[in-house]
Amino acid sequence: MWALLIRDLILAFRSGGGAVTALLFYLAVVVAMPFAVGPDTNLLATIGGATLWIGALLAGLLGLDRLFQADNEDGSLDQMMIAPIPLPAQVFLKCVTHWLTTGLPLTLIAPVFGLMLGMDSISIGASMATLFVGTPAISFIGAVGAAVTVSLPRGGLLLSVLVLPLCIPVLIFGVGAVRASVTEPDPFLPPFLLVTAISLFFSILGPFAAAQALRYGSD
Amino acid sequence: MTTDAVKQPRGLMALANPTRFLAFVQIVLPYLSLTALALLAVGLWMAFSVPDDYQQGRTVRIMFVHVPSVWMAMSAYMVMVSGALGVLVWRHPLADVAARAAAPIGAAFTFLGLATGSIWGRPMWGTWWEWDARLTSFLVLLIIYLGLIALWHAIEEPAKSARMAAVVVLVGALNIPIIRFSVEWFTTLHQGPSVVRSGGPALAPEFLYPLLVMGLAFLLVFLTLHLMAMRNEILRRQIRTLQRKAARDHRTGNSK
Repeated sequence: MWALLIRDLILAFRSGGGAVTALLFYLAVVVAMPFAVGPDTNLLATIGGATLWIGALLAGLLGLDRLFQADNEDGSLDQMMIAPIPLPAQVFLKCVTHWLTTGLPLTLIAPVFGLMLGMDSISIGASMATLFVGTPAISFIGAVGAAVTVSLPRGGLLLSVLVLPLCIPVLIFGVGAVRASVTEPDPFLPPFLLVTAISLFFSILGPFAAAQALRYGSD
Repeated sequence: MTTDAVKQPRGLMALANPTRFLAFVQIVLPYLSLTALALLAVGLWMAFSVPDDYQQGRTVRIMFVHVPSVWMAMSAYMVMVSGALGVLVWRHPLADVAARAAAPIGAAFTFLGLATGSIWGRPMWGTWWEWDARLTSFLVLLIIYLGLIALWHAIEEPAKSARMAAVVVLVGALNIPIIRFSVEWFTTLHQGPSVVRSGGPALAPEFLYPLLVMGLAFLLVFLTLHLMAMRNEILRRQIRTLQRKAARDHRTGNSK
């Protein structure tokens, strides 16, 4: 079990792995934002939380189509299916790896980008907190889409179409929590807890649905 | 076709056979479509003869299209959910046909609900669109519909695409309760439920009855369209099978 985790981690950080590319993509999205809305510092600071979240969402989706594809191509997926460990548990581990290589680095680098966008320290902290609990949901929801589109030659686009609508609640409450941390009367905690709840919920549902889809796809 | 005439299934189970289903559709469809048309005419007549609302004036009549469309948009998704269960639990080919046929119709009703809601919202709320919970979750429903249609078309092999789409249908079903309760969970612009709620409908009877008639008419319209779409899908598959067979016979040099 740990072997799978470590193997996937090594693969992700080797050249050709998605981890570094996702970070670069995140940087590109965040950098593009000031050009799109203009260099108004106040405005940028206001939409800073939203920018960080949109970037994280897109960067998280970027590597998802490879989640099972490489394993499907070289046959390790078939090995995983006949392994004694339940398939949902393995899918769960693969999601954790995906999060460790995209969601977690994105969270850790968010303060740097937040400073570039001129956000204050409170909203940067709030962004980090919500990204930390919210990005796992992207990995877990995305696993379902990745499992469904694993055998398609160009499944990446379709995957985004299928996964993005389900990620919208995460985005709404994530950005809502960041905004609530700055504006005074709104409480920060309820939307933050809702994001956490969504992540926990999909950490169960996602691996099971994805494992089921992988089994259906193989025979 | 039916060589094993030992145990003939009866009742609804008999319809699980595509050939028998087609025969059933052939009989039922004329009555169903005529009833749907008649009820739609009656409903429209009733809708146009209601008095103007004291606040909304004439625009209240949009409700008689808007609300039934939305009901049908969600019902079509529930049809897809039951079809998906039929695919995954019983591996029944007709269940996938039912789910697949419901998707474009459901998407059309969803679009109709969004469009009429937008036209209604302009004079009443002063805006075409508002990012409130009900509207957003309903837009998500439309995207889910379109994504599913794309998925069904993307996977060539019918049995595989059926199972893959079924998984996504079931995961996407989470959105349905969100739509239903979004107006109660969040304080938004869209009004709360006024027909199906505890304590009885909040609608005056002269508005309620035309609405219910229109709802029933829309249900029959949906059933008619759904049966027609299912019939077309079955025929399409039969044609594909025949084409493949013909191609195989041709290549092997009229072995038959």
